[in-house]
This record gives sequence, C-alpha cells and structure tokens, in this order.
Amino acid sequence: MAAAESYPDGLLYHPEHDWALIEGDEAVLGITWFAQDALGEIVHYEAPDVGAAIGMGEAYGEVESVKAVSDLISPLSGVVLEVNEKATGEPETINEEPYGAGWLIRVRLTDPTEIARLLSPETYRAHVAAE
Amino acid sequence: MQLIYEKSVPGRRAGTVPAYAGLAKPAVPAGLGRAAAPRLPEIAEPDLVRHITALANRNFGIDTGFYPLGSCTMKHNPRLNERAANLPGFANIHPAQSEESVQGALELMWRLQEILREVTGLDAVSLQPAAGSQGELTGLLVMRAYFADRGEDELRREIVIPDTAHGTNPASVVMAGYEVVGIKTDARGNVDVDDLRAKVGPRTAGLMITNPSTLGLFEENIHEIEQIMHGAGALMYYDGANLNAVCGVSRPGDMGFDVVHINLHKTFSQPHGGGGPGGGPIAVRGLLDPFLPKPQIVRDGEGAGAFYRLDRDRPKSIGKVRGWTGPFGVFVRSYAFIRRYGPGLREMSEAAVLNANYMLARLRDAYDVPYDRLCMHEFVISARTLKKEHGVTATDVAKRLMDFGYHPPTVYFPLVVPEALMIEPTESEAKETLDAFCDAMLEIAREAASDPAAAKAAPLTRPVRRLDEVLAAKRLVLRYAFADHPDLAAERAAASA
Repeated sequence: MAAAESYPDGLLYHPEHDWALIEGDEAVLGITWFAQDALGEIVHYEAPDVGAAIGMGEAYGEVESVKAVSDLISPLSGVVLEVNEKATGEPETINEEPYGAGWLIRVRLTDPTEIARLLSPETYRAHVAAE
Repeated sequence: MQLIYEKSVPGRRAGTVPAYAGLAKPAVPAGLGRAAAPRLPEIAEPDLVRHITALANRNFGIDTGFYPLGSCTMKHNPRLNERAANLPGFANIHPAQSEESVQGALELMWRLQEILREVTGLDAVSLQPAAGSQGELTGLLVMRAYFADRGEDELRREIVIPDTAHGTNPASVVMAGYEVVGIKTDARGNVDVDDLRAKVGPRTAGLMITNPSTLGLFEENIHEIEQIMHGAGALMYYDGANLNAVCGVSRPGDMGFDVVHINLHKTFSQPHGGGGPGGGPIAVRGLLDPFLPKPQIVRDGEGAGAFYRLDRDRPKSIGKVRGWTGPFGVFVRSYAFIRRYGPGLREMSEAAVLNANYMLARLRDAYDVPYDRLCMHEFVISARTLKKEHGVTATDVAKRLMDFGYHPPTVYFPLVVPEALMIEPTESEAKETLDAFCDAMLEIAREAASDPAAAKAAPLTRPVRRLDEVLAAKRLVLRYAFADHPDLAAERAAASA
C-alpha cells in the first residue's frame, strides 16, 4: 500500500525529488513521496555498484515504473558504501516506505560543503506545492 | 474466450499431408533433432478459422474506431494504396531480377526519393531503413562515418537530446556508440537554449530533435539552435515522427537539419501498429551523401531513354542496413498516397493541425494545459488536477475512454508533463468524430468529480478488465500452462502475498 504524503523534518532535499539523511560524513539517500507518487508503482530498481563514485545532480541509477524508466538523481557527491537489497529485491518497498525501508543507497560524502546547498523541509514542501 | 490449447483434441487436424513414400527421412545432425514432437494445438479447420476470426474481432485498429495515439500518426490507410501495391507488376517481382526487368519498380523508388528530397528540403535519400528507429541508427552511423572521414570521430563523442525526445533517440545514440547529453525544456515548451549552449562544444557530434516536439509545439528557437550546433561544427538530426505537422509548409532542410528520417508508415499511410512493416527512409544534406547505405537507386539519362539502376560503387558508404533495397510494398503505398494529394500535400498537414487545435480548444477547460500555445498536429494535456482533486489519473482516463469505444491516447509521455495525455487526431477524421471523442473526454472529467470509482474500475465493457501492469512488468510469463508445467497460480499467490 502506498504511503501517505509527507516530507519529514530531519531530512534534506534536492529539487529533483530526492532526500538525504546526513549521518556524520555519510548519508542515506532515497526518493521523496512526491517522486514515487509521480512514478507510480515501481517494478525495478537498478542500483549502482558499491564503490561507485556519484556526483551531486547526476544520475546514479534508475527506477522503472509501469509508466517509465527514470534516472535517480543524486542529491550529494559521494562513494557508494551500501545498496539497499530490500529495495532491489522488492522495489514496491520504495512506494510503501520511501523514507524508511525503501531507502536506496548509503554513501560516504566526498564534498560535505554541498550539504548547505540542499533544501530544508519547508523549502522543499513549497517546491512540491508549486510543481 | 478459450485459448487454442484449450480447444485442442488429440489427433484432430486442420488438414492432412499424404504420407511420404520412397523418400528418405532427412538427415538431421546428431543432437539437433527433437526428442518429442512439438506440442502444437490439434484442431479442425472450421474451429481454427472461428478461433482466429474471434481474435480478430477483438482487435482494435484504425478501421474499427478513432485511434488518437500521439506521435504515432494513426491515420486512415486509403484502399487505393492496396490496389497499387497489389498490381502484378509490383506484387509479383523479385528483388534479384535484372534491372532491365524491374524498371517500373526502380522508377517508383527513384520518384519516391525525389518526393522525399522535396518534402525534407535535403539532397539525397536512402530508402533502406525499415522503420523510424532504424532510420535513427542509420542516420547516426552516417554522421559518424562523416566525422571519421574528417578525422574527428575520436573527438566528437556526444549527441545532445532534449528531455522531450522519443525514447528511441537516446537508445539509437547509445547503439551508434555515442554518449547522450540531456537538454532541458524551457517554460514555453521549447528547447532551453541556454542549457543547450552550455552543453555544446568540441565534443559534440550532433543534436537529435523532433520538430514539432512531442509536446506538439513548434520549436520557436530553431534558427538559434541551428547557429549553436553548426557554429560548433556539429550536425543536426531531425526525428520525422511528427512530420505530419509540416509537410509542404516548412522543411527540415530549410531549418538547418542535416539528416531526417521519415516514417512512411505514419506520415504517408501504411498499416502499422501491429509490428510492421514500416519504412524509415533518411534524407541527408549533400555533404553526407557519400556515406549513405548502398546500393543507391539512381537514374541515368532522362525521358524515354532513362534507365534506373542500383549504384553499388560507393566506397565511403556505411554499407547495407537492410536486405535488398528496403520494404518495397511500403514504398508503393506511400507513393500512391502522396500522388493522390499531388501538389496539395500541405492540405494534409493543415487539416491535421486544425483538427488538433479544435480538440485542444474543446478540452482546455476540463484538463490542464501545461504549455498554453497554438499546437501543431498533436497536443499534450494533463490529468494533474483530476488526480489531485479526485484521484483520477491519466491511466484511469485512458481506460475509461475504452468504454466509450476509443483507443486511448499516449499517456505519461513526454516525461516532462505529469499525468500526460498526448492526443493526435490526424487529418483523416470528420468533425463529428472529433466532437464525439471530446464529448467523451468531457464526460469522463465530469464523472471524475461525481463518481471517481467508475474511472478507477474501467474498462467495464471490454473483453478484459483492468490488467495488472505491475505483475506483468515484474513477472512476465507468456506461455500456456501444460499439465506438467509448474503451477503458476501458486507462484502468483506467493508473489502477491
């Protein structure tokens, strides 16, 4: 069952509808409720390789829904430490719990100064309302 | 409806072949012969004919109803085309015949090339590619051969593509060995020229663009785009999927394009949508002519002394992209279609554009219009507000249209428009048909407010109800479940548990 619309406090957001949970010099990344709702039911998550370098604003993987295949845009630059195997095996988890069990990757940040460029929950909520 | 395997009765036959006598059994190499006969359905001829006819009656095509599938140009296929294609001189020849014995066929292809040169405003044509996607790949390979000939192939590795492009464009780019660089769309639905300027440089081999775009909008900055691309020494590729909007009105060659593919099966009427055959000729500027596929169809001499032949002496050609000279029956149909219009071909595009604008005007208050401009031969509206207010999505609208007897439009494309519905009426349709379709769309929008469950449950009146698209995408199994096959029902139950 799809989750109810929310954009939790405690996360930072990228305008391409991705979130980041900052944990020291690491971050957990995923897509927002808005993104999974626009995509529709996700049937495949093409994750990056562990160890891959990803760049802020660049594609690092793909999600396929019944409507389309879409690039995953990274909110921050980093090196992939871990891929969420539950999301690759059961991609509907991304629809069901976009901020919890449906997280996508964990990265070690290579440029923590980028964090300041992400959107606060309030700013992102306004961004979504204008979409 | 029963599957044909469910109608199968052991030993029953639609026809019997006499037992062979005095013939040796063919020698099959060891290991390649079947251990057991294939499990084909066993059925008598009347039941077979009825089965196939019942399937055909469930089909929906342009001959059964309105089919406004955006960017696919599902226009009427005049029966005159079939008559021409079935003329014995066209239907009963073989491509291996001598040139002397197929002068009429060669002349038709040559004339079609000449027409396509005029329609596109370019210098040379190859009829070989079998469809739009193969035309794209062929055009890109011709561009690569051109740059290789100039010693620039190592340098120019990128093709820029706007985010409204058909999905085949980036796929063809990758197949041709290039890298895709995406370009954004601006607030008016045009290519974002600043983004383009920032991404074009010495590594750029070319641009692939559809004009009008998949938003159904004419690219207003095409002149500036041309200056940016050619200023960087790059080439311009025109995806001809939307050529139906501009025939006889404006020409890709005049806009600055160097390569164009033409979808004969869309723009110039050829039954399609069921897997072909299609026709995807490309037209190119003179500088790319030496690299076109071979053989090329050429004419020696003029008037009564003219002789048409296949020119294989093309040392810089990228080679063949298809058997023989391409899909000949498609050429005959398209040639017949074009000649029926004659010099008035622009009426075709004018009627297509008028029809689309009429429908957009009727639908604009009930649906969102993401880019509010005069449209070309197709337009994109959105079910965004219906979804927000009533939970009725573009998919629901599309499925509900089936209950009204229409083929749904293209949905969720282009990707830049949420809940997109892309509608292309073509020039074929009467005003009554356009009105009836618009009435259905307006009724669906009203019903979304009063009874949203109806659209969510649609289709209600078709042979099958709403299909499980998620299951189909995740666990695609297309086979008959014989008794000795694993039980799919159990698997399905496990999957949905």
